[in-house]
Amino acid sequence: MKRLVEKHPLAIRWFHWINFPVLALMIWSGLWIYWANDVYRLGWGRTTLLKFFPQSFYAAFDVDHKLAQGMSWHFVLMWVFALNGLLYVLYTAVSGEWRYLLPGRHSLAGAWQTVLHDLGIRKEPLPPQKFNGAQQLAYTAVVLMGAGSLLTGLAIYKPTQLAWLTTLLGGYEWARAEHFTLTISYVLFFLVHIAQVVRAGWNNFRAMVAGFELQDEAAPLPPGEQLPPPAVSASSPS
Amino acid sequence: MTEEPQEPRSGPAAAPASADAATERTAATRTRRSFITLGLAGLAGLAGWRYLLHTPDADGLPGGLRRVLDFNARLSNEYYRSARLAPEFAKARARPPRVNGHVGLSEDFDPATWQLQVLGYAPAGTAPRRQQFTLAQLQALPRTEFTTELKCIEGWSTVVTWAGVRLADLLARYPLATASGRPIADQLPPDAAPYVSLVTPDEQYYVGLELESALHPQTLLCYEMNGQPLTLAHGAPLRLVTPLKYGIKYLKRLGTLSFVAQRPADYWAERGYDWHAGH
Repeated sequence: MKRLVEKHPLAIRWFHWINFPVLALMIWSGLWIYWANDVYRLGWGRTTLLKFFPQSFYAAFDVDHKLAQGMSWHFVLMWVFALNGLLYVLYTAVSGEWRYLLPGRHSLAGAWQTVLHDLGIRKEPLPPQKFNGAQQLAYTAVVLMGAGSLLTGLAIYKPTQLAWLTTLLGGYEWARAEHFTLTISYVLFFLVHIAQVVRAGWNNFRAMVAGFELQDEAAPLPPGEQLPPPAVSASSPS
Repeated sequence: MTEEPQEPRSGPAAAPASADAATERTAATRTRRSFITLGLAGLAGLAGWRYLLHTPDADGLPGGLRRVLDFNARLSNEYYRSARLAPEFAKARARPPRVNGHVGLSEDFDPATWQLQVLGYAPAGTAPRRQQFTLAQLQALPRTEFTTELKCIEGWSTVVTWAGVRLADLLARYPLATASGRPIADQLPPDAAPYVSLVTPDEQYYVGLELESALHPQTLLCYEMNGQPLTLAHGAPLRLVTPLKYGIKYLKRLGTLSFVAQRPADYWAERGYDWHAGH
């Protein structure tokens, strides 16, 4: 017996899919801006493990000499990114969706079980939940990262007018490095997110577009019996 | 859809099977609708962004983007008090800044014969009052020194100690910013020039400022950097320092300063950067 179970509210799907291209363009135009002073690297002393970014990367993606263009894109799209993010947070707060998204006391232990499960160490299936502990931590962290990008971004956009904020974040140079680190973190988040979406499969992906999942049930419910609470799924991305 | 709806069959297993099929059909319809909506929304977003990028060019930027930059600047000008001071630092933190531009610093220049040309604000149709200043005359005016962070629009910054005469102090002594020639008190008089234009002697580099920015207590006509007279590479004999804005506004080797009615040309704004360049 198949059942159609509502999973993601329409508003959340819109917030998600607006954010995707906007954040992508913010990262891309941010790269054009970063190129003009590309001082960050991974390494110590004179040893550099990874320079952000190698010349070959700039050449391959035609990144160089686009500072003015990058700034103009960045300072237009920042409005969309910030408003979409604020509306998302407001919506989750008012609609009660935050209950599924915020980590609770058991999220960390749950997240560990998810990691064990995804690595194939834990054999039993995970307990059914709309979002498992790993997801709750990841989706809450990425919203905090968004807030961090907004604040560090403002601190380097208006370091004099918002001098208190810039100082709070460690000064102009530090705020710029923090803004950059958050951007790299989005890219890492994206890679894990995509891998998990692929793992979780079509039913889960479709829920982010169409809102529902199809679920199998052993037998039809006897008449008069109440439906179990909706939005239950074990196979979700993190 | 090409599939025919299934006829209900009799028997115990039939009801769930046909219910499953109905659920699948509902799911297929909703899926199709949602993906088409998402696809159309994506195309609409793409079309909107492309439209914005193809609005008529305004100084090296699509006009639509330029309007948003101007809106951002108006918003921050409205929101922030123009008298807000840039943070100051201990003098010990000052370092020599990078020499980052040579436009306007042509070879054929004699600092010994240099004079600052100032064109006063003139009502339309009248000739502006002209006044020349030698460096010694400017140095005789009240000297102001502060240590602030020079921020380049490229993303680097250096703490620098600057010294010179505040443009506001020059104007208090020589009231060239008003058409009537009256000095500017706390309130901007209606006959004050809305803009200031700064140009190098060879006219290759030029900067525009709003009068409010020019009158800011940290806007300097600077002749000393880190306790030493300016070097030619850093804009000797006289350069602009305005710590509320990016380094692109810190014009080196100031030749002519004029008080004007129209927003003046600005070298980097013509190349796609924000005209206000405030931070």
